[in-house]
Parts: sequence; C-alpha cells; structure tokens
Amino acid sequence: MRRKIYEITGRTLLYGCAAITAGLLLFLIGYILFQGVGGISWRFLSTAESVINGTVGVLPAIKNTVFVILVSLVVALPLGVGAAVYLTEYARNRRFVAAIEFASETLAGIPSIIYALVGVILFCTAMKLQKTLLAGSLTLAIMILPTIIRSTQESLKTVPQSYREGALGLGSGKWHMIRTVVLPSSVDGIVTGCILAVGRVVGESAVLMYTAGMSMAMQSFSIDRLAGASGATLTVALYHYAKENADFASAFSIATILLILTVIINFLASFLGKKLRRD
Amino acid sequence: MQVLFTLCGLAAVGLVLLITIYLIISGLPAIQNIGLFQFLFGKTWAAGRDQYGILPLILTSICGTAGAIVIGVPIGFFTAVFLAKVAPKNISNVIRPAISLLAGIPSVVYGLVGMCVLVPALRNWLHLPAGDSLLAAIIVLAIMILPSIISLSETALETVPKEYEEASLALGATKLETYFRVSVPAARSGIATAVVLGIGRAVGETMAIMMVAGNVANMPALTRSVRFLTTGISIELNYSQDGSLQRQALFSIGLVLFLFIMLINGFLNLVLKREKEG
Repeated sequence: MRRKIYEITGRTLLYGCAAITAGLLLFLIGYILFQGVGGISWRFLSTAESVINGTVGVLPAIKNTVFVILVSLVVALPLGVGAAVYLTEYARNRRFVAAIEFASETLAGIPSIIYALVGVILFCTAMKLQKTLLAGSLTLAIMILPTIIRSTQESLKTVPQSYREGALGLGSGKWHMIRTVVLPSSVDGIVTGCILAVGRVVGESAVLMYTAGMSMAMQSFSIDRLAGASGATLTVALYHYAKENADFASAFSIATILLILTVIINFLASFLGKKLRRD
Repeated sequence: MQVLFTLCGLAAVGLVLLITIYLIISGLPAIQNIGLFQFLFGKTWAAGRDQYGILPLILTSICGTAGAIVIGVPIGFFTAVFLAKVAPKNISNVIRPAISLLAGIPSVVYGLVGMCVLVPALRNWLHLPAGDSLLAAIIVLAIMILPSIISLSETALETVPKEYEEASLALGATKLETYFRVSVPAARSGIATAVVLGIGRAVGETMAIMMVAGNVANMPALTRSVRFLTTGISIELNYSQDGSLQRQALFSIGLVLFLFIMLINGFLNLVLKREKEG
C-alpha cells in the first residue's frame, strides 16, 4: 500500500511539473508571438520613430545592436582567444592557470548591473567617453570575455596531441604550429563562442541603459561621429516603450524580433556544437 | 608571441582586479560617510532626505531569491527527472530546445510579459491596489531560473552510470523508486550546483524585476512593492548626480551585491571541489 502511494505521488509530481514547464513554455512563446507579430511590418523594421507622423520604427535600435555586437566582439575576440591559447598551449605555471580560470569564472558570475556600475565609472566617467555606444560596447566586451575564453579553451583541448607533435616534428615553431594547425582545427569552437557571446550582447539591457543611453533617434555611424553616438539597442528600446511610453504593442513587436533572434542564435550554436563533437 | 598570449591571459585577471578595486574605491566613501552599521542596518532609504539604509534592500533580495528557489527548484527538479528518465525521446527532443530558448530570452522580455500578464492578474486575484509586488518578482525569478536548473540537473542525471539503475531494478525496486533513491542521490552534486547557479542568477537579475516589483524601498512583504539590491542601483543610477552622496551610496550597494555574489561563487567552488573528490 505504501509503495502504491509512493508510486502515485511520484508519478503525479513528475508529470505535473513537466506539464507546468511545458505549459509555461507554450504560453510565453505563444503570448509574445500573439501580441507582437501583428505590429511587425516593413515600415516598423526600416524606419526611425517619427513623432510627427506618429509612426514607430526600430531601425536605429537594430543598427545600434549590430554596432554594439561588432565592437564588443572586435575587442573581446582577440583577448579571449589569446587567453585561451595561453592557457592550453603555453602555460606552465599551474597556479597562474588556476588564477586566470578563477578570474574568468568570477567575470562570468558577476551580475550585469555591476558591469553597468563599472562601465559608468570606468568608461563613461574616467575615460571621458560619456554615455555612448562605444562605452557600452567596451563594457560588454569585458562581460563576454569569459564566454569566448571558455568555448575556445574547450575546443583547443579537443585538438589531438598528435597534431601538435606532428607539426613540431616537421620542424615547425610553436607559434607557426598554433597558427597553422591548432587554431584552424578549433575554429568551430571559437565561432560557437562568438555566437554565444552575440546572444549575451543581444539580450543585455541593464549595462547598455546606463552606459549607452536610451535615445531612439537615428545615429550616423561615420568614423568621426562613431565615438560620440549614443542610443538604444533592441532590448533597451523594448524597455523604453514598455516602461516609459506604455506602448506595449511596439514592445511586444520588439520582443518578437528578440525571440526570433534567440531562436536563430540557439540553432546556430547547437548546430556548430554538434559539428564540433562529430569531428 | 608567448608574451602576447600571456598578456591576454593576464587581462582576464587584471579585469577582475580592476573591477574589484574600482568597486571598493567607489563604494567605501559613502559607507564611511554614513557609517557601516547605519548603512547596512538602516531601515529607510530616502535619497531626498539623504537617508541611506539598505536593510530593506538586503532583506528583499534574500526573500526574493529564497522564494524563487522554493518555487523554481522543485518544478525544475521534477521536470529534469522527467526529461532525463521518463519522457519518450520525441517529447524530450521538443522540450529541450524550447528550454534553451527560455534560457536565451532576454530578461526585459520576461519583464514585459510579467508587466502585462502577471501584475494585472495578481491585482485582480488578490484585490490589491497595484500588482507590482514581491510576489510578482518571485514568480518571474522562479521562471527565469527554471532553464538553468532543468538543463544542469538533467545533464547530471544522465551521467549516472546505467549499472546503478540496473542493479536497483534487479533488486526489485520499481522504476520510480530507482530514479528517486538511486539516480538522484548519485547526481546530487550536479543538482546542488544547479541550485547554487540558480541562486546566483536570481540575486543578480535586474531588469525583469525592475519592471514588476514596483521599486519602493519597503520592508519585504509578499504583496508590497519592494526594491532589491540590484534594482536599488538601477532605479537611481540615471538620476543621481556624479559625485553626490546618493551616487556614492549606489556604488556601496554595488559593493555589497558583489560580496554576495563572491560568497555564492565561493560556495559553488566548494560544491564543485567536493564533487571532484567524490
């Protein structure tokens, strides 16, 4: 009898909780799409917000998002890959390796609002960048560094030792070996790391609100204006519409765009991850 | 070349040091000015009257996180057991990517849905003047930590050696008894890691809570509008003047939050280390 009760409660809990999770998933995705898809049109995607015409457009936010992704990757990618190469190929001192890995884990665990604080004092104030997309991108570069270090490191570890020995045996120098043998065979991992990093940047809002500003106007991205441009990315624009304008229709349309981007990013990351494991 | 790569490695360490030092340097003046005891245990936060006590914020963060764990962990845990052991392959193959989608959705989107669905619903059900409350924040946080709890626990459950389960089944235990009395204890350190990571995520979450919690620095109560440590910083960061005591106090909150996170990370490392030693 007791066994039967155990069986029934256990089964109820398992199926019940799984049903709750599945229901939540369906509801969230369905609700966002239901509220948001209707508002997406070519004009919504390809124009800026216009108070005179009374139209809403998110092109500036899309451009700002792309800019932030590019700049933060350009800064973080060499640093992250370099650190990973150092950790797997050069490092001899175990204590130093442990220190770097601890540092990278710590960076990964710090909440984004603390990055926002650091970005405000370090880039906006101390380096006199003001509230600009550049300051935001640099702050995000620090934030995505651990993601890139970790996934590069993982894939460097899967390069067979025999490749390295082969290259060195043929008389290659260490740097030549890394450049021509090790890095090319771990390029999938580096790309996966970049995609995950892009995912983090696309989803980030707290940092950018305080370091890059909330302007919805179109920015000009010419070289001389680059450092001075400030504006909202998609997530910040969503917050702006929802909380300050109470324009929930536009907010949900942006949420739909973000949802689609997340699907694409997840698909790419798992696709490349699978390819990586198969090789 | 080696020098260059070493420098890259050093950069990671340097950045952590830089962040820590900057937080301490900019967080200490306000604490000195207000007094450590007054700051940590003061019950009122009122920037207009220059009163900066963060006890309500600390308690709210603790209650909010605890609430999210109490709701999120059981649901996540049972879902993970279901996915890892019970679910037919074609069902788990649909749910798994959906869960990683849930993990990737930006926090403002959770905040938006919370604002539009949860907050009005709470207001109607509980007959509150406003639905922005600790309860709303707890529910949003519980949903947000679900994916990491599910996927980490599931991975841990799947690495349990098949022989353990087969032995248990051969001894006459039912499948369910095997899952809960053999597989789960064998995967407990992985599950513990998942919970600790969930705590870390809940403590650090800002934007979603800012949109549903009301952001008034009250003492925590389920139906009251509250302010967390994270939202305590974010709500005033744009309005405080550079160099003012208010701005400095925000950095002091940042320092307290940083210490919280470091404590959780330290705890996580301890769990992981125990796991390694078996």
